[in-house]
Amino acid sequence: MTESLDIARQTLLAPAGLDDAALEQAFDRLLAPSVDAADLYFQCTRSESWALEDGMIKQGTHSIDQGVGVRAISGEKTGFAYSDDIVLPALLEASGAARAIARSGQSRGLQVWQRGHGLDLYPPLDPVESMPDQDKVDLLRRVDAEARRIDPRVEQVFVNLSGSHDVVLVADGDGRLNADVRPLVRLNVRVQVEHNGRRESGNAGAGGRYAYTRFLEDDLALGLAREAVRQALVNLEADEAPAGTMPVVLGAGWPGILLHEAIGHGLEGDFNRKGTSAFAGRLGDRVASEYCTVVDDGTLTDRRGSLNVDDEGEPSQCTTLIENGILKGYMQDRMNARLMGVSPTGNGRRQSYAHLPMPRMTNTYMLAGPHDPEDIVRSVDRGLYAVNFGGGQVDITSGKFVFSASEAYLIENGKVTRPVKGATLIGNGPDVLTRVSMVGSDMELDSGIGTCGKDGQLVPVGVGQPTLKVDALTVGGTRG
Amino acid sequence: MNEIVESVNGAQLADEQRLIAIGQQVLEEARGQGASAAEASISVGTGLSVSVRRGEVDTLEHERDRSLAVVVYMGQRSGAASTADFSPRSLQATVAAACSIARYTSEDPARGLADPALLATDFPDLDLHHPWPLSADQAIERALAAEASARDADSRISDCDSATVTTGEGIRVYLNSNGFVGSRRGTRHGVSCIAIARDDAGMQRDYWFSVARSADELESPADVGRRAGERAASRLGSRRLQTGRVPVLYTPMMARGVIGQFLGAISGGNLYRKSSFLLDRLGEQVFPAHVQMQEHPHRPRGLASAAFDDEGVATRDCTVVEDGRLQTYLLDSYAGRRLGRQSTGHAGGVHNLEVRSGDKDFTQLLRTMDSGLVVTELMGQGGNLVTGDYSRGAAGFWVENGEIAYPVEEITVAGNLRDMFAGLQAVGADRDERGSIITGSLLFEQMTVAGK
Repeated sequence: MTESLDIARQTLLAPAGLDDAALEQAFDRLLAPSVDAADLYFQCTRSESWALEDGMIKQGTHSIDQGVGVRAISGEKTGFAYSDDIVLPALLEASGAARAIARSGQSRGLQVWQRGHGLDLYPPLDPVESMPDQDKVDLLRRVDAEARRIDPRVEQVFVNLSGSHDVVLVADGDGRLNADVRPLVRLNVRVQVEHNGRRESGNAGAGGRYAYTRFLEDDLALGLAREAVRQALVNLEADEAPAGTMPVVLGAGWPGILLHEAIGHGLEGDFNRKGTSAFAGRLGDRVASEYCTVVDDGTLTDRRGSLNVDDEGEPSQCTTLIENGILKGYMQDRMNARLMGVSPTGNGRRQSYAHLPMPRMTNTYMLAGPHDPEDIVRSVDRGLYAVNFGGGQVDITSGKFVFSASEAYLIENGKVTRPVKGATLIGNGPDVLTRVSMVGSDMELDSGIGTCGKDGQLVPVGVGQPTLKVDALTVGGTRG
Repeated sequence: MNEIVESVNGAQLADEQRLIAIGQQVLEEARGQGASAAEASISVGTGLSVSVRRGEVDTLEHERDRSLAVVVYMGQRSGAASTADFSPRSLQATVAAACSIARYTSEDPARGLADPALLATDFPDLDLHHPWPLSADQAIERALAAEASARDADSRISDCDSATVTTGEGIRVYLNSNGFVGSRRGTRHGVSCIAIARDDAGMQRDYWFSVARSADELESPADVGRRAGERAASRLGSRRLQTGRVPVLYTPMMARGVIGQFLGAISGGNLYRKSSFLLDRLGEQVFPAHVQMQEHPHRPRGLASAAFDDEGVATRDCTVVEDGRLQTYLLDSYAGRRLGRQSTGHAGGVHNLEVRSGDKDFTQLLRTMDSGLVVTELMGQGGNLVTGDYSRGAAGFWVENGEIAYPVEEITVAGNLRDMFAGLQAVGADRDERGSIITGSLLFEQMTVAGK
């Protein structure tokens, strides 16, 4: 962490000649008597992406974005301004603007700076520099060749490699100084197959907070190519999906998007402080079957949703949301924790310096249960087995949520039979987990591909779960 | 509060000439670093956004954004880079990053700047720039009025998630090494409200918004709040439906999304990749004969109006669908070359695409439908442009005997977009002009609804 702080000072403050005294000057402007909390969030993000299509390296982009966000909080009011110039005059101007929500008066002083202690979950490396450009484009070409090698019906292969290096430094009105250096990489493969005029596609991806070189290990990159082709070929055979309410078995891993949508968002502190979540005021209630224990865990090594410290300088933690079916806790940022009289949970996150922090998920998953995954499928007479998904969405007030299957099969008489087309599944968050009657022993995290949107802000997240059965969920197919 | 007014309106956007000069510097730098061609786009914007909740300020945000993107060409290889730092050192590094990338991309014969013959030469005043000298206090006052009105709309409105007033102003400059220089400047203001209604069975939320180039064209905060409140309250007591096939009416806000999927299916990127269910359909019947779609890029004060597209190509009035037949694809230069055609001026999307309205208003459409589902909300992605398969979560109202009977939720609507388009029975006269796609309600013959 000390290393992170040194890197952050060097990257963010040194070029503009900003020192601790300059930060204090900004806080002098920010800390009016009625200001309860304030922070400065310095950030520099360098990112790149490479795209292959038609067997050609078609596009490459590189971008650098940097700036400082300044926030002052008074009660439930937040004042916010930002600047993409990290220089003292812009910092002072933004501080003055952010403070405008507070009553005027003599500013109170800042305590002495104290370095925070975050976790050490990933190395402070720059993925862009972690591999020569020639090796990056060679990797894309090998993935393309592998996908085309497998099956002549492969018509199009799209491969995308992206990486970013995000350096953040948070200084707050309590005198805490925290930094984090966050690498993030992602490799994605989409293939389109064609047979007798019918076209279908398949997708696979992986990523996390590590160097590109990880994609070369264990055949990871080429494995993604094979997986995308496999999915596309399954979809070539898919019939119409059923319509109606039926038992649904969800596969392990990425189908954990169920948890993210059905209960995750509804357990974010802001919605519960405001009382606008269907879960508001329900701590201690049974909201899931006894087999369900769900956590939000930002402390997993290398994972896409992990953080050494959150965007308010709080160390990440593992928060139990549901334990054996009972609602145990919400996810909090500092402001909502203070207003609700609880401790922050390290879930204060923001898309960038130009956005306000909010309570957000990190890696949200269900722990393993007692059932054999094969027994779970065998227990269903007629239902759906869904193993891959696109996105999802939730209305946290009514509790209704959706998630869209991209690879699914019928279960008939306890056996997985024919593949069916993708379909949206819809349910009610507060009661869907009460219908989880079996939970497998095969807990798996997703491969590192999730991005969560809230109020227009995107942040990387992870999900996971074992195979599980929901006794009744509505499947939005076309065959009534 | 004077300080705030000053930071929004007084700090002034850098003037267009200065941005053009920066763009020219970038093109010059690209040539110096060995690029055979280059293009640059620069955008800067400022804004103020105020949200209130329970009669108090919730957030007060000052926005100030800028970015510069450059694409360099080394023959038929290209590389792109962007930055938010406009210092000479940063611009030089950004061009260098783009040039470095170009060395690793493949020769692509379709790659390059737009055909010079297609570039805009005429820059009509589209009346898009109407700054709103709104102080933070005035913004707060308007937001409070919207919130109060939402609460007054129905006794079951328990709260508002937020009521928000925004004002913003931006300049976008585009230059390329064929000598094109274009700039556009515009404002955008908005009022929105999210209301929460509660009864014994639970809570429902819904929203309303107004957006315009000029503040005098906004709906009043009171109207925005009232409609948000009425909409949220009308959803209380939602039931589920039995699974079955029924006629479905999309309200204009939902209709815009389906038209957007149609536009995606006829856009160049999906066509040359063969990733569209509408391949090779030019000139063919895609909709019934009553359906007409036209694009009017130069509409004064239009939210998506522009004299040139993202590559400098002149935009012009165009007929996209005539008597139900597809009249054009939507192409940028690259997709055009891949398909052996010219750019149609659609780099970056459509500019005021209007679906011509029929003569029936919403109430008359309900009578035409007689019994069926009105969709007022859609959830999830759920549309596959490769196959046309469509499946989304929905909420809305059940209609019996041509009248709204009760609200419904936790259902899905599904079909295939190709069949939905072919079976489009009517386009309503209830046009919604708040976006780049302007349409009334759409009545689809039949879709599968999944519920109980």
